[in-house]
Amino acid sequence: MDKAQLIAIIWNTIAAFFTISVFSFMYKDNFMYKIAESIVVGISAGYFTVLLVWTSLRPKFWEPIVNDHNYWYLIPGLLGLLMYFRFSPTLGWLARYPLALYIGIGSGIAIPLQLQTFVLTQVKATILPIHVMVDNRINPEGINNFLIVVFVITALIYFFFSLDHKGIVGRSATFGIWIIMIGFGASFGYTVMARVSLLIGRIQFLMSDWLPIVK
Amino acid sequence: MLKRQLPMLIVSIVGLIMTIQYFIPHPFSETIYNYALDWLIIIGIFAMPLGIYSMVHIHVQKVARKQTGWGYSVVALLGLFVMLALGWTPDCLKDGTFFMRLFEFVYIPIQATMFSLLAFYITSAAYRAFRARNILATIVLVSAIIVMLGRIPIGEAISPHIPEVADWIMNVPNMAAQRSIMIGLGLGAAAIAMKIVLGIERSYMGMD
Repeated sequence: MDKAQLIAIIWNTIAAFFTISVFSFMYKDNFMYKIAESIVVGISAGYFTVLLVWTSLRPKFWEPIVNDHNYWYLIPGLLGLLMYFRFSPTLGWLARYPLALYIGIGSGIAIPLQLQTFVLTQVKATILPIHVMVDNRINPEGINNFLIVVFVITALIYFFFSLDHKGIVGRSATFGIWIIMIGFGASFGYTVMARVSLLIGRIQFLMSDWLPIVK
Repeated sequence: MLKRQLPMLIVSIVGLIMTIQYFIPHPFSETIYNYALDWLIIIGIFAMPLGIYSMVHIHVQKVARKQTGWGYSVVALLGLFVMLALGWTPDCLKDGTFFMRLFEFVYIPIQATMFSLLAFYITSAAYRAFRARNILATIVLVSAIIVMLGRIPIGEAISPHIPEVADWIMNVPNMAAQRSIMIGLGLGAAAIAMKIVLGIERSYMGMD
């Protein structure tokens, strides 16, 4: 056995150990699960801090100032430092300035972007031809396109509270909530399947990847 | 003035500039947009040590006071400091380094297994939530069962139509429901953003 194989066995055994530790929670909350839980908290905080420093802070803050002498980037740096005044009982209000810039930029970008991405694009994708011909024959895709329009409108009526949900509006809203429930059910089923596929992945790791190499 | 009005004024002015620049297809407008995005990221990163400080503070206090489960706090702090120490140079992000191996063989397996455990808990939660007590719960239940059966071989074995129905549910009613939620979400988010820019919504600064 060479060194690379030995290293692979050690790391895979560590991964298997933590996988089994987390699975042990199915029996009951225990010491091994809590160890794994605490390790993941520490490692994730450390990993993402390091990742942000080297992939965002360095190229977006340090390099423009030091290499390109673009001193505009000192402004967000100084504003970022003002955040730490939150700990000061008398100068805590200074922390509002970076927050103001952050919220201002975020909100300003969000207004057109949210309308563009979540409203206009969705409406555009919803209103499609209902008469679809493929090879000179009517394609059922057109019926689906029509149904999507009806379903979206009725589901939106359910969320519209400026009118009383009575009469035609009430009936549309009721139909709309049925559509939303079908959507919730489908999303739930899809999520369950995704989790089961993760479970299969972990069991495959233990049975096919780890066990054969430690045997 | 400096404590309340000026930050509010900054929010409104910056918010308006960022909204208007979207409608002006000009290199200058694009430069403003790119700077703003970079500044957003930089300010966000400067806030990160606050989170790390908070985490360290909580765990150190737990250890110092020997509270129940203080040993786990030692493990969490150890994980954090080992990663910070190993991540001292940018080379730590290359494949095969000890830093990346800890991520790959400790963080990813724990995270993936925790999510996979949800397969069991989500099922028991679903049993309690979706029992066919009324028409709406029944619709959710039937839709979920069809989608799940449509994704596994046994569904096709029961009837070849089940995968087709599952696909139709995903592509028609599910898509319509998701779209209506997204449209509502987009309108709501844009309205909240407008209220912030116009100074109507001020709770984010600890004001009423």
